[in-house]
Amino acid sequence: MSEIFGIPIQAFMGQLMLGLVNGSFYATLSLGLAVIFGMLNIINFAHGALYMAGAMLAWMGLNYFGIGYWWSLLLAPLGVGAVGVIIERSMLKWLYKLDHLYGLLLTFGLALILEGLFRDLYGVSGLPYSIPEEFAGAYNLGFMFLPKYRAWVILASLVVCLATWFVIEKTRLGAYLRAATENPRLTQAFGINVPLMVMLTYGFGVALAGFAGVLAAPAMQISPLMGSNLIIVVFAVVVIGGMGSILGSIVTGLGLGLIEGLTKVFYPEASSTVVFIIMAIVLLVRPAGLFGREK
Amino acid sequence: MKRKLIGALVGAAAMSLAAGQAVAQKAGAKVSGDMVKIGVLTDMSGVYSDLGGQGSVTAAQMAIDDFKAQAKPAWKIELVYADHQNKADVGSNKAREWYDTQGVDMITDALNSAVALAVSKVTLEKKRILIDTGAASTRLTNEDCSPNTVHYVYDTYALANGPGKAVTKQGKDSWFFLTADYAFGHSLEKDTSDAVKASGGKVVGAVRHPLNASDFSSFLLQAQSSKAKVVGLANAGGDTINSIKAANEFGLTKNQTIVGLLTTIIDIHALGLPTTQGMMFTEGFYWNLNNETREWSRRFFGKHKKMPSMLHAGTYSAVMTYLKAVQATGTDEADAVMKQLKATTINDMFAKGGKVRADGRMVHDMYLVEVKKPAESKEPWDYYHIKAVIPANEAFQPMSLSRCPLVKK
Repeated sequence: MSEIFGIPIQAFMGQLMLGLVNGSFYATLSLGLAVIFGMLNIINFAHGALYMAGAMLAWMGLNYFGIGYWWSLLLAPLGVGAVGVIIERSMLKWLYKLDHLYGLLLTFGLALILEGLFRDLYGVSGLPYSIPEEFAGAYNLGFMFLPKYRAWVILASLVVCLATWFVIEKTRLGAYLRAATENPRLTQAFGINVPLMVMLTYGFGVALAGFAGVLAAPAMQISPLMGSNLIIVVFAVVVIGGMGSILGSIVTGLGLGLIEGLTKVFYPEASSTVVFIIMAIVLLVRPAGLFGREK
Repeated sequence: MKRKLIGALVGAAAMSLAAGQAVAQKAGAKVSGDMVKIGVLTDMSGVYSDLGGQGSVTAAQMAIDDFKAQAKPAWKIELVYADHQNKADVGSNKAREWYDTQGVDMITDALNSAVALAVSKVTLEKKRILIDTGAASTRLTNEDCSPNTVHYVYDTYALANGPGKAVTKQGKDSWFFLTADYAFGHSLEKDTSDAVKASGGKVVGAVRHPLNASDFSSFLLQAQSSKAKVVGLANAGGDTINSIKAANEFGLTKNQTIVGLLTTIIDIHALGLPTTQGMMFTEGFYWNLNNETREWSRRFFGKHKKMPSMLHAGTYSAVMTYLKAVQATGTDEADAVMKQLKATTINDMFAKGGKVRADGRMVHDMYLVEVKKPAESKEPWDYYHIKAVIPANEAFQPMSLSRCPLVKK
């Protein structure tokens, strides 16, 4: 059997595939962050907590109301988006004119409150959520055993990411959004309701986090701390991709998932650090990120 | 300048008070201040708060209430508790404060080995008692053993040794380890490897993952391709939970046995039986063992709404045993109580024939359990088959291997 760097090619391909799965989560989460930062100039530290809230909502829906996975995939992001809208209207809108730091501190505080709330309600060990029946089992791809659910994760997040990119970069609505970011007063003068657009953008950005949360629920243990474990990596992804760059965050998310997957084969001890090493190098060479524009 | 002076004065006053208290305790063969004060020092909100946390406080309070009802002591008993946030400095500062200013006689729970080692040192310095029911490190009864510390429930040796030997002897003799990449994981892996090799098995490989890794599928794929019969999880808490979940998803459980090296009923409850069925590990307590454990555990459930972990049951037993020792000696003076503790045979719902050895290790039977299939579980929390009872003298590190200076060889 042929080998790559002493690793059987089958195992190698398997690890690449897994890297892609993780990359999908990174991409979906960092996309939400990028949209929010790009449009609102808010560094949304509550993103991880809202991702956790998405998973929690899916669990609550199933256990209290008998709402299955598919409806959760629609309803939980809507719920999280609604929470986002409330946060934006009641708190964030006062901060747009201030330094980034204020938004960061506010959302960080919100993240701690949300996590504390769920920790108090459900403890830290987490809650089980089983894989929907349609996805039980696995595909035998010849080179690896790919659980059907993981394949679905890749597909679903790619579709959502590309659709978001398309809406923002290629449609009229997206053009309004970009205009509102560039020059809010002028855009408003053209009769476009900028505060409404900003509110919906934040709602949409965090709904993406909720969506990733529901996607993650069957694959990972739902726990109040699941967001804080992931959010730091996701921020690194956004920084590497370029703050606010939509395409950058999608490509970087997937790419870093792959790199991390390979690290897990060759030197597993470094697998949680490799993302940050890349971040440091990118910041040295291209301070605005791989896809970012210098302002 | 003035502020410094005031500070010094206050400091001196505090010191003289503390010294006075120490003298008072040494002098009389009676309970100081007619009050026995017990402190539960635990993780109230972090990763181990389900394992110990509020449940340990509840268990300690139950022990106090039961003791009062049975023994009707002439002295008062008070319970205090605090969150050490899994930080050794926070834990040792709290212990110091309790001992110095609040007259705490005994601290229990103290989960997290780093916190336990720090609190054990403070306890020795202040001549009080630590009955640790939560930490895992064998250092507490070896290099860092103390005449004032009892290690009550379990340790890494007991967790590793049971499955290492018993599972290997069942013919599952090739092992692969998934190890958390820090001291705890490494020592768990080493202890288990030794037990496996001593029983004629072999270790085919290991992968070291970072602490709090978010995704374990890659590591489990490596475990799968190793073709080992047993995959040992030398990790804890959320890492264990996520490893098990991924193992199930990737179909490992069909051909390989997953052995958790620090798994408790709390983890099984969090994951559910469909995911965990067939897993094996060592437990120090199981609520559904006999009538005595069931009776106590149902009472605990009534207050806590969850069945007890081995830490909770151990904390109840530890507090009860301590209070009985105070009753027997008529004093809360540490040396006398410790002497009594080491002379006692512990017989309660937690331990049968339990003994506190010279190195501070409380030895009692441990249980090798296998998780039931969902269809076999008759009621909520009915999770285990008991595969073997590991007798006290085999479950823990033998005294002949002790590295504790208190042990005379």
